[in-house]
Amino acid sequence: MGEVIVITSGKGGVGKTTTSANLGAALASLGKSVVLIDADIGLRNLDVVMGLENRIVYHLVDVVDGYCRLSQALIKDKRFDNLCLLPAAQTKDKTAVTPDQMRQLCKDLKPDFDFVLIDSPAGIEQGFKNAVAGADRALIVATPEVSSVRDADRIIGLLEAQSMPAPRLIVNRIRPAMVRRGDMMDISDILDILAIDLLGVVPDDESIVVSTNRGEPAALAATSRAGQAYRNIARRLLGEEVPFLSLDDNPGLLSRIKRLFGNAR
Amino acid sequence: MLDLLQRLFGRENPSKDVAKERLRMVLVHDRASVAPHVWEALKTDLIRVISGYLDIDEGSMDVQLQTDKDSVALVASIPVRRVKRPADPAQGVM
Repeated sequence: MGEVIVITSGKGGVGKTTTSANLGAALASLGKSVVLIDADIGLRNLDVVMGLENRIVYHLVDVVDGYCRLSQALIKDKRFDNLCLLPAAQTKDKTAVTPDQMRQLCKDLKPDFDFVLIDSPAGIEQGFKNAVAGADRALIVATPEVSSVRDADRIIGLLEAQSMPAPRLIVNRIRPAMVRRGDMMDISDILDILAIDLLGVVPDDESIVVSTNRGEPAALAATSRAGQAYRNIARRLLGEEVPFLSLDDNPGLLSRIKRLFGNAR
Repeated sequence: MLDLLQRLFGRENPSKDVAKERLRMVLVHDRASVAPHVWEALKTDLIRVISGYLDIDEGSMDVQLQTDKDSVALVASIPVRRVKRPADPAQGVM
C-alpha cells in the first residue's frame, strides 16, 4: 500500500510544481512506482514541467466525473515506466472536484503505487482543501522570504486540523552567498519560526529554469545542484539518512562553497 | 569577512534579522486569529459559565483578542446586572 504525500505552500511561485516533478522523478529513478497528481485545476502546469503536455487525453476531472477510467487518464512518463502523471483539467475550476472525490481517488491509487504525490495549488481555499483531503502526510515548500514563511505558518496551522502527522519542510531557492552576507534568512532562522522538521534544502539554481524549459526534471541531470538536493530529499523520504547542505558554521568561503555544491551527497 | 563588509558599508543589523523580527511580530498576530465559529462558541461558553454566578447583560458584552507588540490577551467586558447569591435556592449555582 503506497503513501499519499501532498506538496503545498500557501504562497504561489515558491516551487511546489518543480518540487513535485523532481521528487517524482527522483523517487522513480530510485525504483519506486510513483503517480503525480496535478491538483491545480484550471492552472495545470505539472504536465509541462514534466514534458508530458502533448500526451494528455483525459484529466483528473474526467476521472472523478466518470468520463473515463482512472487508468486511461494516467500518462506514462517518457523516461520511467514506473512514473505516471494524472493531469489537472485546464478548463474547469477548483469547484469541479470535492474533497470526498479526492479522498476516493487517492484510495484507488494507493494500492498500485509506492508514492502518490499531489501537487497542491496555491492558496488555502477549495483547491488546497481538495489537495490535502486524501493525503497521509504533507511537505511544505517555502523560500527564505517573509511572505513565504508567513504563508507556510498559516498552512501548518491549517494542516493541524487534519488528522495527519506534522508536515515536513523543504526550503527552496536558498542563496548561500546572500545567507553569508546576512541578507537572507538561513535554515535555522526558518526552523526557529516554523518549528517543524526539515526534510531538505534546495539551492537557487539556474539549472531549474533550463530543465523546465526542456521539460526534463533537474533531478535527472547529474550536474544540477538543485537536482542533487531533490535526489537527497527523495532518499530521505525513503528513510535514508542523508546529510543536509550546511550553511550554519563558518569555515573559509571557498571550502564552504566546495562543500555546499561540490560533494553534497 | 562579514564584519569587515559591515564596517565598510556602515550597515546596522543584517536585513535577515529584520526579516526574522518582522516575521515574529506578524505571526504573533496571525496565530492569534480565531475562526468566527470558534469565536462564537467561545462566547456562548463564556456566557453559560458566567451566568451561573452572575446575572449579566449579554447584549452589551464585548469580548476581543487584544494583540500587543509581542503578546495576545483575551479581554472581556461583561456588564453585571446583579450577583447571584450561591445560597439562593431559587437560583442555585450550576
